[in-house]
Amino acid sequence: MSDESPIDVFLGGGDPAASAGHEQHPPRLGFFTDTSICIGCKACEVACKEWNGVPEDGLNWTGFSHDNSERLSGDTWRHVAFIEQRAPLGGHQPNFQRDGDDGDFRWLMASDVCKHCTHAACLDVCPTGAIFRSEFGTVVIQADVCNGCGYCVPACPYGVLDRRPDDGRVFKCTLCYDRLEVGQEPACAKACPTDSIQFGELDTLRARAGERVQELQEAGVVQARLYGHDPDDGVGGDGAFFLLLDEPEVYGLPPDPVVTTRDLGRMWRQVGIAAGALLAAGVAASLGGDR
Amino acid sequence: MTDPNVADALDVRPDPSDEQSGSYYGLPIINPPVWEELEIAGYLFLGGLAGASSILAAGADLTRRPRLAKPTRLCATAASTLSFVALIKDLGRPARFVNMLRVLKPTSPMSVGTWILSAYAPLNFVASASAISRRAPEIGRAAGIGAGLLGSAVASYTGALIADTAVPAWHEGHRELPFLFVASAAAAAGGFGLAAAPVSENAPAARMALLGAAGELLVEQLLERRLGPIAETLHTGVAGRRLRAAKLLSAAGLAATALGARRSRVTSALTGTGLVAASALTRFGIFAAGMESARDPRYTVALQRARRDASS
Repeated sequence: MSDESPIDVFLGGGDPAASAGHEQHPPRLGFFTDTSICIGCKACEVACKEWNGVPEDGLNWTGFSHDNSERLSGDTWRHVAFIEQRAPLGGHQPNFQRDGDDGDFRWLMASDVCKHCTHAACLDVCPTGAIFRSEFGTVVIQADVCNGCGYCVPACPYGVLDRRPDDGRVFKCTLCYDRLEVGQEPACAKACPTDSIQFGELDTLRARAGERVQELQEAGVVQARLYGHDPDDGVGGDGAFFLLLDEPEVYGLPPDPVVTTRDLGRMWRQVGIAAGALLAAGVAASLGGDR
Repeated sequence: MTDPNVADALDVRPDPSDEQSGSYYGLPIINPPVWEELEIAGYLFLGGLAGASSILAAGADLTRRPRLAKPTRLCATAASTLSFVALIKDLGRPARFVNMLRVLKPTSPMSVGTWILSAYAPLNFVASASAISRRAPEIGRAAGIGAGLLGSAVASYTGALIADTAVPAWHEGHRELPFLFVASAAAAAGGFGLAAAPVSENAPAARMALLGAAGELLVEQLLERRLGPIAETLHTGVAGRRLRAAKLLSAAGLAATALGARRSRVTSALTGTGLVAASALTRFGIFAAGMESARDPRYTVALQRARRDASS
């Protein structure tokens, strides 16, 4: 890792904590969320709110299966998605039938969270420096610095960050930074009764996830796939990655996210040329006569 | 957009039986911008108007056209002041605006833009004060030239500002947006000059308006081609109406200017007003198109699926 050139660090996975200037740092920590064993209990949502003091996020009846929190936002740092499908799930026996279903029914559940990207667009675009990279390789917002400009909100390719209504600042998952600092695992992982949410060193989690997806494939769950585990993807790999049982978009996840700042060099070049063109137009317009 | 019940806000009906919809209950994949349209689309317009007006003013001042230089300097000062007000008002915590000035981050167009604007706005004040008081013309001229040079950056960086997001219609247009915005800025400043300066001195404004309006029409075509299926957001709904109106006004302004509308005080005022309105409609149209492309998950999914399939 240490002999990588800066450009390799940008293009590949790299070591985000070292790139951010943490010379002596602990191993990178993250989540592996294995959605195949999620039971939709929402203990992670509750534990997160309790530990982090996250306000109520709207008591809505959405009609979206058992999902009433809808999406990640300033007030929802863990979000459990529920998807009802007319599709078989391995040897799974549904306990009920709907009209005309022929018993083919599966219920996908998945606990979504901030991905703590290797190349984090929110961190890149934050104009105040409120968002920083921790020594654990995670991405954290300093609430006492954030001025609520909202730039990180549409910069995030996963739709994680949002302004908290009536507060004005942006909030998101910190991977329980306060707990990590004292050697505790994040609240959601601690509360998860099935270990669908696994916390640990990212390298260990990636290896474990590789074994798990192979196990599922061999058991006939051919749609099982990892999401966000690849250090060569558009965000350099996620610090929080997933095992999914269907296409990412079915869970509300982008199929091929790319950090927007990957194209920023070209954007600045275009800005420079455009500015030059405007100045040239101004000179040309001024030099002509008055007739 | 802070309404937690996004589904209601977007009038999306859940259809759990539709397994082919390719999205999660039709909810957005990315979180749409929380920026208020009036403040931020308004800023995109005002920043462009200010920046290009400063260039027109500096040119007019250097070529001894005081009756074009003065109104365009005042316009740049007013527009840049309003820009600051709009940007600060749109913050979730306006009192913390100064936190923008604790770092300078090249990876954040908003950070770079704030620093540019912070240097640019005071120069406009100096140039305007000199023009109004008729004192220290050399200092006024130097400040005006500085404002003109920085004005080119103020008018162009906003293209990168909105393109440096995951909003499909903005990000995919990152090559064209800076050019569309400087063209729109030139049309607005030229239009203002036509409306505000006497016939004897408005020739530079007419030339800038011609270049701007022609550029605006041309670059928008390039943008539509670049966006492919996402260009739908430029043609439909509120964005479509605004951008069609903008194109009509730009084309009319272009034709009128080319046919010599600047030779009469009345026709030049009408033409100029139309061009300023066209520029504003372009900015509000692009803003609305981006919002729509962020709200509808189909754009994010279709774009990324195509990219993934092309690379695998």
